Amino acid sequence: MMLGKSYDEINAKIRSGEVVVVTAEEMVDVVGELGVAKAAEKVDVVTTGTFGPMCSSGAFLNFGHSTPRMKVTQAWLNEVPAYAGLAAVDLYIGATEVSAGDPLNRSHPGRFNYGGAHVIQDLVAGKDVRLRGIAYGTDCYPRREIDTWINIKDLNEAYMCNPRNAYQNYNVAVNKFADRDIYTYMGVVKKDLGSANYCSAGQLSPLLNDPHYRAIGIGTRIFIGGAQGYVFWQGTQHDPTTPRNERGVPTGGAGTLSTVGDLKQMDPRWVVGVSMLGYGVSLALGIGTAIPILDEEMAWYTSVSDADIVAPIVDYSRNYGLNEGEPLGHVSYAELKSGEIELEGRKVPTTPLSSYVRAREIAETLKSWIEAGEFELSEPVQPLPSAEESPGFKMLNYRPVEEEGGE
Amino acid sequence: MAERRIVLHFPKELLDQPVISTTVSRYDVGFNILRANITQDQEGLMVLGLQGELGEIESAIEFMRDQGVRVQPLDQDVVRDDEVCTDCGACIVVCPTGALSMDLESREVNFDAEKCVACGICVPVCPPRAMSIHF
Ligand code: SF4
Ligand code: SF4
Repeated sequence: MMLGKSYDEINAKIRSGEVVVVTAEEMVDVVGELGVAKAAEKVDVVTTGTFGPMCSSGAFLNFGHSTPRMKVTQAWLNEVPAYAGLAAVDLYIGATEVSAGDPLNRSHPGRFNYGGAHVIQDLVAGKDVRLRGIAYGTDCYPRREIDTWINIKDLNEAYMCNPRNAYQNYNVAVNKFADRDIYTYMGVVKKDLGSANYCSAGQLSPLLNDPHYRAIGIGTRIFIGGAQGYVFWQGTQHDPTTPRNERGVPTGGAGTLSTVGDLKQMDPRWVVGVSMLGYGVSLALGIGTAIPILDEEMAWYTSVSDADIVAPIVDYSRNYGLNEGEPLGHVSYAELKSGEIELEGRKVPTTPLSSYVRAREIAETLKSWIEAGEFELSEPVQPLPSAEESPGFKMLNYRPVEEEGGE
Repeated sequence: MAERRIVLHFPKELLDQPVISTTVSRYDVGFNILRANITQDQEGLMVLGLQGELGEIESAIEFMRDQGVRVQPLDQDVVRDDEVCTDCGACIVVCPTGALSMDLESREVNFDAEKCVACGICVPVCPPRAMSIHF
């Protein structure tokens, strides 16, 4: 058994340029060839990446005080409502907010051409964005309305702050019961088990390479949208209690991350507004982590391959929406990536929503940053909740309002 | 003799109707099936080369329209903006002809304009809007 490496030792190697970095995809082969012990000695850092729609994302913006001053109470950015229930000139623009007046699903499937995620992408791309705001006016903030162009370079602060990113594993969506194609956040799912839509980078995905959150925790420095940012909390719906396979890898959606990063440092290549037909707007975001190979256990975890990771196949035409039934089965990412899976005696073509090409590019970018000494690892100041500590994932305790409330 | 290339969309109800043979028996045109598919909505999709005098071709197209077939000229051009495409793959299962497909090794999504029949299905499905159709 080798002696463990510390974060300090790994960072010293990053500074001296001696660090050995491989991507999570390469680590599969490294461990396959050298074995866990030798791989743990040789490799210092394994980089991961994922690029896909992450709905629970958004950005805080402080656009500066106008003359006369104004406490904005309702605001629109390129006609997309932004949340203004904060101090005078702070806004939060949520990724999935759609343009005011969008026809939504009135003519189904709606197209959702523009929304919060597109505003964020436009800001990152350096485009001018129109800010419209209204206020009731106060003695200290007399102004009642504003209509102006803003640009990211003029904002005091603009930072992404995402309640839930980088889901550790996810469902595979199929359509078993509807007599038509369905339009979901997992894309167009074709009728009669006509497609199996999945959305994870599998073996390259951050939390699948650190199944028990030994390395990724609060304070972990990450790649986010092309910039360096941080994990600041567990993500919403973080559920470490999901059943796991013999490698410790959850067999369904499990851990999640809350992330933060400076919008001004981001690149629109990694921050892409997307329109999901019949569903709504989302943000395709690039996230990557650098996992320290502290010991053999970390080498083993990061050597996970697509064949070792399974996902539940869930019907989205009825079961998902109504919380009914059981998964129709489980399937590995190796099978999903072959382009076709077997389900109920049928051959079902698969379609990803998460770009593996971009996930790989993120892992490679992070690797080059580390090799160039531009990205050091940060030890978590606190781990994410473990399976033992977590209450698990709760459904809403629905209490009709006719009953007595306020216990 | 002229040739016109057209894309025909047959609604479900017309799938078992002999529209093409009725058309060629009524008008003095020849035809050449370049591609035929059933799409995601059980719509028939056919790319046809129609040969004959221009006037006859026009009337034949008019007749097919009257039968409820949607006819598009094939000089429509579908293009992909490779800068915008993220290789997400959301389009693969909706494309009826396999013009959009994934390279299983590189995981890149390839667009083969030769196979594209300009049906336009991928345009609103593509999440970052990389696909567009030009007339
Ligand atoms: S859906 Fe659009 S972005 Fe995704 S692979 Fe197809 S063309 Fe590219
Ligand atoms: S328009 Fe799009 S969906 Fe239709 S054939 Fe061409 S590539 Fe495929």
